[in-house]
Amino acid sequence: MSELLLRVRDLRTYFVTERGSGTARAVDGVSFDLYAGETLGVVGESGCGKTTTALSLLRLITEPPGHILPGSLIEFEGRNVLALPPRDLQALRGGEVAIIFQEPMTSLNPVLTVGAQIAETVIVHERASRRAARARTVELLQLVGIPDPAVRADAYPHELSGGMRQRVMIAMALACRPKILIADEPTTALDVTIQAQILELLDHLQDELGMAVLLVTHDLGVVAGAVDRVLVMYAGQVVEAAPTAELFSRPLHPYTEGLLASVPRLDTPRRRLPSIPGQVPSATAWPGGCRFHPRCPYAWERCRAEDPGLGDGDVTGPDTHVARCWLLVEPERRARPA
Amino acid sequence: MNLRATLAIIGALALAFLTVEETRRRAKGSSTGRRFFGQQAASWGLFVLVFFIALALAAPWTAPYGPSTTLDIVALKNQPPSWVHPLGTDLYSRDVWSRLVYGSRVSLAVGALAMLVAVTVGSTVGAMAGYLRGGVDAVLMRVVDVGLAVPRMFLLLVAIAIWERLPLGVLVLVIGLTGWFGTSRLVRGEVLSLREREFVVAARALGAGTPRILFRHVLPNVVAPIVVSAALGIGNVMLLEAGLSFLGIGVPPPLPSWGNMIADGAPQLATAPWTTLFPGLAIGLVVMALNAVGDALLDALNPRRAAR
Repeated sequence: MSELLLRVRDLRTYFVTERGSGTARAVDGVSFDLYAGETLGVVGESGCGKTTTALSLLRLITEPPGHILPGSLIEFEGRNVLALPPRDLQALRGGEVAIIFQEPMTSLNPVLTVGAQIAETVIVHERASRRAARARTVELLQLVGIPDPAVRADAYPHELSGGMRQRVMIAMALACRPKILIADEPTTALDVTIQAQILELLDHLQDELGMAVLLVTHDLGVVAGAVDRVLVMYAGQVVEAAPTAELFSRPLHPYTEGLLASVPRLDTPRRRLPSIPGQVPSATAWPGGCRFHPRCPYAWERCRAEDPGLGDGDVTGPDTHVARCWLLVEPERRARPA
Repeated sequence: MNLRATLAIIGALALAFLTVEETRRRAKGSSTGRRFFGQQAASWGLFVLVFFIALALAAPWTAPYGPSTTLDIVALKNQPPSWVHPLGTDLYSRDVWSRLVYGSRVSLAVGALAMLVAVTVGSTVGAMAGYLRGGVDAVLMRVVDVGLAVPRMFLLLVAIAIWERLPLGVLVLVIGLTGWFGTSRLVRGEVLSLREREFVVAARALGAGTPRILFRHVLPNVVAPIVVSAALGIGNVMLLEAGLSFLGIGVPPPLPSWGNMIADGAPQLATAPWTTLFPGLAIGLVVMALNAVGDALLDALNPRRAAR
């Protein structure tokens, strides 16, 4: 197995809401590892804590109202990110771990040319001269497939299309050859053909630069094509984790089953697309027991009373396929949904 | 009016004209420049400003007489405009044009420098309050509240009471330090909304520290309102200086400023209106030019506005 880059254990990020409606437990005990060169997908509906997890990794949560609980651990190459002094944290952000956001429209500064924004990252992290940074910028724009890079570098964000802007964001993130790229719904705001191009670009860049990618998305189609391993998140927790092929062929958690069933397919007869009933509960009041039980077709008393915890459901080896479900213990219940 | 002064004035007009033309030519190359000149009044405003600045800088050539030279207190007092004295002479037989030219030095310098002080302090305070929020914000904004609540004229009178005769530098500082409250409110408001924008988070995510985010990412987004408020503010400061000088507590005579020229001429308003009319016109013209340029800058500095 390749080198371990990022170790996250029991990450809890809570938000204290105003006017006493309680504490929103947006991320509530998430653990995972990220290895060099791999692509890890994080999927789930809106409100499951995917983005909060991504932001927490670089301590980008606004405090207050948010805070990462003391028991959490985020370790990058053996260094505890949560205890890094501000200077080292700044060096980490954009230098070794970079992040790109969902909205390329608003993530770029409207009054600076895109070239200036890319060059800035290089200048901040590598103390490069303006001239060297400029040369690097043009090179990066070329790398992310922007035609006429020397000209485009002087364009303002509003002069570029959505796909172009996302390419610029990627160029900014890659400016210092990070070891980890966190992509938070990088294709959600783009139309389908551009989505495919951007994913292809990310894949290609990953091969070229050998970085690890943490791909946050709600789109299982994206996951199927681009990801080695998947974390399924629900209600601030990881409910299932498995290699991609394994997850698609043998989903263990009813939530994963539901997500897979609700993807439209070309190879099955036309029918009404199934969906998971209800919606993600509020983060201030997760249900007791298994957090998915109010929406689960199999739920029984045990699910309402006790949290199952992550259990090993693997046939191929220990801990490569885990799920948070009582069905792992009582598989016979799967046969007769309530 | 002698030949040298005439040539110098023509020179100033030519310079202003050429500057506008040259700027306009260069501006065609950039979208910012095109937006600036998209405003009809921009060229005129720029022309007037450059002309007055040229007059002020070249005062020894553009003014035929010294600012306080009394020519002939008996024969040449309160002369109406003529070829020799194009704007007439005042009660002490001083050439109004010459005083106007030297006065522009004082008035423009006081306006620009005081506004520079006000904008610098105001932007820094506003940006810090808006970005850091919390206790810093609360303290700074209460200071601003107090500043806005105390009448400015009263603060100026206090300063004058302390110094008795106000040196010009102190006048500039006092006007500047009593004029930043509005700017800081404006900047704070803009920064409060900008700091929540995604590109600020993105900059933070790429390793930028607080000062860099503040000065490189946030403040440039506030430049447009700052510049506009500064351009309009200079006009206000010039009016304030004129008012103070009119009351006899601004620029100390015999140094001419447009304000104390009007004050000097006010008693003869009926018999020698030119002594007040022309400095008044100069103030009006420059303030209007500043407004026109400020307005054009508002367009030019906002890249999201389409070129017209």
